Amino acid sequence: MKKIAALLFVMLLGFGAMAQSGSGKKLPSVNIKTLNGEVVNTQTISNDGKPVMICFWALWCKPCKKELDAYNELYEEWQEETGVKIVAISIDDARSTAKVKPFVSGKDWEFEVLLDPNQEFKRALSVNMIPHTFLLDGNGNIVYQHTSYYEGLEDEMFELVKKVANGEDISNH
Amino acid sequence: MKKLFIVLLFLSAISTSNAQFSELIKKSEVHGSFETDGMYYHADNDMGITDSLIAGRNLAFNGYAEIIYTLGGFSAGVRYEAYLPPIAGFDNRLDGQGMPYMWASYATEKFSFTVGNFYEQFGNGLVLRTYQEWTLGYDNSLNGVRVKYQPVKGIILKGVYGTQRFFWEKYSNNNRGIVKGFDTEISFNDLFKSMESSKLRLSIGGSFVSKYQVDNDPLFKLPRDVGTGAARFNVGIGKFNFSSEYAHKINDPSAINGYIYKPGDAFIFNASFSTKGLGILAVFKRIDNFSYKSDRGETANALDINFLPPISEAHTYMLASMYPYATQPNGEIGFQVQVNYKIPRKSKLGGKYGMDISFNFSQINDIVRNPAGDTTAINVPGTLGYTSNFFEFSDHTFMRDIQIHLHKKFSRKFHATAEYLNQTFDIASIQGHVGEPVIHNHIGILDMTYKFTSRKSLRWEIQGLFTEQDKRNWVAGLLEYTISPHWFITASDQWNYGNEESDMRLHYYTIAGGYSIKTTRFSVSYGRQREGVVCVGGVCRQVPASSGFYVTISSSF
Repeated sequence: MKKIAALLFVMLLGFGAMAQSGSGKKLPSVNIKTLNGEVVNTQTISNDGKPVMICFWALWCKPCKKELDAYNELYEEWQEETGVKIVAISIDDARSTAKVKPFVSGKDWEFEVLLDPNQEFKRALSVNMIPHTFLLDGNGNIVYQHTSYYEGLEDEMFELVKKVANGEDISNH
Repeated sequence: MKKLFIVLLFLSAISTSNAQFSELIKKSEVHGSFETDGMYYHADNDMGITDSLIAGRNLAFNGYAEIIYTLGGFSAGVRYEAYLPPIAGFDNRLDGQGMPYMWASYATEKFSFTVGNFYEQFGNGLVLRTYQEWTLGYDNSLNGVRVKYQPVKGIILKGVYGTQRFFWEKYSNNNRGIVKGFDTEISFNDLFKSMESSKLRLSIGGSFVSKYQVDNDPLFKLPRDVGTGAARFNVGIGKFNFSSEYAHKINDPSAINGYIYKPGDAFIFNASFSTKGLGILAVFKRIDNFSYKSDRGETANALDINFLPPISEAHTYMLASMYPYATQPNGEIGFQVQVNYKIPRKSKLGGKYGMDISFNFSQINDIVRNPAGDTTAINVPGTLGYTSNFFEFSDHTFMRDIQIHLHKKFSRKFHATAEYLNQTFDIASIQGHVGEPVIHNHIGILDMTYKFTSRKSLRWEIQGLFTEQDKRNWVAGLLEYTISPHWFITASDQWNYGNEESDMRLHYYTIAGGYSIKTTRFSVSYGRQREGVVCVGGVCRQVPASSGFYVTISSSF
């Protein structure tokens, strides 16, 4: 009986999830840190009316690093065309927070990287697996999210970024 | 069960919005996530897993579902968890289901107030860190009250009070301690206008934590209140950054330290240099008798008040993760040096796309323990235990890890990673395999990806682990085909061809496939899981050998 109840509960949530995925929500308010240790409130993340991508990653996550490498390579091109801004959120814990800055420098990533060491921002956005990427429109609404990275996802992402930059509705994606 | 219905009612009340609430609902936001991991075990006689060992317990299931509701400054959340029964390798005390995580909080610009379960970290976590790690089955959330206050920009004060989660066991009369804590952090660049755009970035912090647990021990007179304090700083000057934290704990005899009365110390120092294309990091760390749990009798991964970050690398390739390091709370001293460099694009070595090189060296030894008195031996229960010089390394190496990592993109279609590791691993101390010799190994890894089209690509790995100790030599291979953004299929095998016992030269094969859409991910795998250890942040869980089907569904919204 308990098992059935548990399964039903979980399935119910599942359907809720499918129906609600990426539906114009905004970023929650959480204080996280820059690589220099300064406090940033996540609601201040914005981009002058242009799209923003929020990418959750960690040093121990290979696909995350691949994803960010791929974005970094195309970032200049993407910015020229759409003005998109990428903010990468490292969820590395105290073990590795000091490693993130030298790692990012060593990678020569061009985008902003923020630290969420006790995963408060991650929890507030209900991220359960990484990589997990959010796409925000110019008004700060979450219009799309995606988890996991496969080679080539960057092309799909850019198609969406272009649509969002042009003010198109991508809720069918 | 009642609680479940209340939540379901609450949910349906939200979804079937009537006119009165429609305005409210427009302003409110709901986030949520869930994951279910199901396992079907079957007998595998080659691996020593017989039907009588499984004894009808073929199915195992871990699942959770979480909802967070926000309306302006108000938010509340609840998580349901079920382990029916837990998947092999998770603590059996998780068996059961219920709502171990419920909270509500109200926040204004300067002030935040939380009631219920919460996760918090002071500084690096040396004196307090509560967190949840699903893959370990770990959750040490505090259940009580938390206040955060920011009197002016640049100063953050935090206070916490509560008891920790212990599987499904409710807090009652002294079955575990009560935790109180206070933390303050001052960022000078935010506090003083004159430093706003200074090249010098300076912040300092301090914390104090105390646990209260009445002494019921028949043998020893134990401290009822155990206090710990910590101080930290972070200084950035141009391309350099220095950060450090020191923590001290008064005597805290426990099952982990063998009921000795020595005070504890923990110290971390990080120095880094970062510039375009180059990052260098050096870390020094020392832990001396610093396990801090809210029940002094607990020895497993539970009820930790603090967190002791390991300074070893977290390896993820199959064979590289064979010997993962776990923090030694009773004492360790070590250092780490890491260099990350990008050979620039359009240079001779870098080629069109550049090349990443990284190097890591970590070494962790035991601390030196000297007798605390002329007549007492080291670590005798009820005594001071030992004395130790702060900066002295003992000859006993727990772990040494040398890693060289190269990554190069050769063309739009092809990129590759090569890695070499050399490890020394004291399996007797770290995993409690008493009497087994220290392992010295060499590991080589090649990971290559070929893109057929912009969506379809094939990735393959070849790995080898060579050692004269433990289970001797291994080779492994993996093939993975992905169709972005939805599909993956993969097959892998780890072969213990060098095992001394010829009937233990097993293949640990796995085939898996999965589909993901937006934030929902579904995957199925079939195969053999070798006996091993899964570690996240230096906290590890033993995974027994198993064979069977594994299904995962996860989603968030």
